Amino acid sequence: MTHDHEHHHEHGSDLSEMQLRTRALETILLEKGYIEPAAIDVLIETYEKKIGPRNGAQVVAKAWVDPRFRQWLFEDGTAAIGSLGFGGRSGNHLVALENTPSVHNMVVCTLCSCYPWAVLGLPPLWYKSAPYRSRTVADPRGVLADFGVTLPKDTEIRVWDSTAELRYLVVPTRPAGTEGWSEEKLADLVTRDSMIGTGLAKSPGDLK
Amino acid sequence: MNGAADMGGMHGFGPVVPEPNEPVFHAEWEGHSFALNMVTGVAKLWNLDAFRFKRESIPPAEYLNLSYYGLWTMTLELMMLEYGVATPAEIAAGHAIAPIKKAPHAVTATQCANMVRCGSPYNRQAPAPALFETGDKVRAKNMHPQTHTRLPRYARGHVGEVMRIVGCHVFPDSNASNLGEDPQWLYTVRFDGRELWGADTDPTVRVCIEAWEPYLEPL
Repeated sequence: MTHDHEHHHEHGSDLSEMQLRTRALETILLEKGYIEPAAIDVLIETYEKKIGPRNGAQVVAKAWVDPRFRQWLFEDGTAAIGSLGFGGRSGNHLVALENTPSVHNMVVCTLCSCYPWAVLGLPPLWYKSAPYRSRTVADPRGVLADFGVTLPKDTEIRVWDSTAELRYLVVPTRPAGTEGWSEEKLADLVTRDSMIGTGLAKSPGDLK
Repeated sequence: MNGAADMGGMHGFGPVVPEPNEPVFHAEWEGHSFALNMVTGVAKLWNLDAFRFKRESIPPAEYLNLSYYGLWTMTLELMMLEYGVATPAEIAAGHAIAPIKKAPHAVTATQCANMVRCGSPYNRQAPAPALFETGDKVRAKNMHPQTHTRLPRYARGHVGEVMRIVGCHVFPDSNASNLGEDPQWLYTVRFDGRELWGADTDPTVRVCIEAWEPYLEPL
């Protein structure tokens, strides 16, 4: 069977072509004995079901309640996060970034899509998109506005471009009105976007 | 190289549009595209930097029109051709063609699970002391190699400050061309937004990049 090798590059129209191309590559790799089928399945299942932002939310919630962990997290993110069982692929060199009332951190990969899989899972499409990659380093407040986030005009916006194998996790500020909350309950306030820096943690009222 | 991948500072792409309740993969083939690229990494058919170089070498008009995982699939196809894993006839046919040269080992699910758990650290033994210290002012070199680099165009020629010495890491510029890992010191360098984008830029903006020592010159 041959399939169409003309490229169809209007947005969204490459789905069926790419399905065929991807299947062709997989078939060749299987037939030549490079991979076992179960290897494909385990990777898809891991990143669809097992590794996601809930990991990072646990890290943030612990940092909110445990001052010693918090200090360790900012000194050696890889080790502190590793102590909770998270690390490995796209998590060998982790750096936690502390949001404060005067500094807001945002993470981007202008060159492609580097992202801390170990704590956030695979990145959303917008993180990998040209609008986000092009604008975040030059106009971070404009990007925040796209997410409905407005910060005080004197807050320093610190953008981190993931140009090496370091992976960043933003630790958002703890919302008011959460004194005495358990780590588990606090973790429900920690959104994926708040750990990328395009959002803030939810407030207790948002959970109702 | 100055390819389409290096997007920082470009205009005209429009607003960022988040998708509510976004699935991890938007179609089944995307999961397969993702997994195939991971698996070929485990098989060590090529290194990650070489893969990235191939991806950014896709002509800009084509790169910008491909979906994210479409780009991954196209890159995988180009790598399989370049590294002799498949022939053009096999790609066209969609299966292996006899006589089939079998791989010495097939990557297993266990190996993949181990890769997810362990990853692959990029820090290496330092061949020499670090040239810069925290607090040093440095200039990102004005350089435009045809080959792979992780120094974004928007930073080139600009002055920043070393915030942190990260360690000694695999140098992608060398590794991507299969010239060895050539470990180099890696630094976090912070730039003022006005230095990068001009005097009328929001004065609260700072941009941090990770820069290997060969990207930097002392002031």
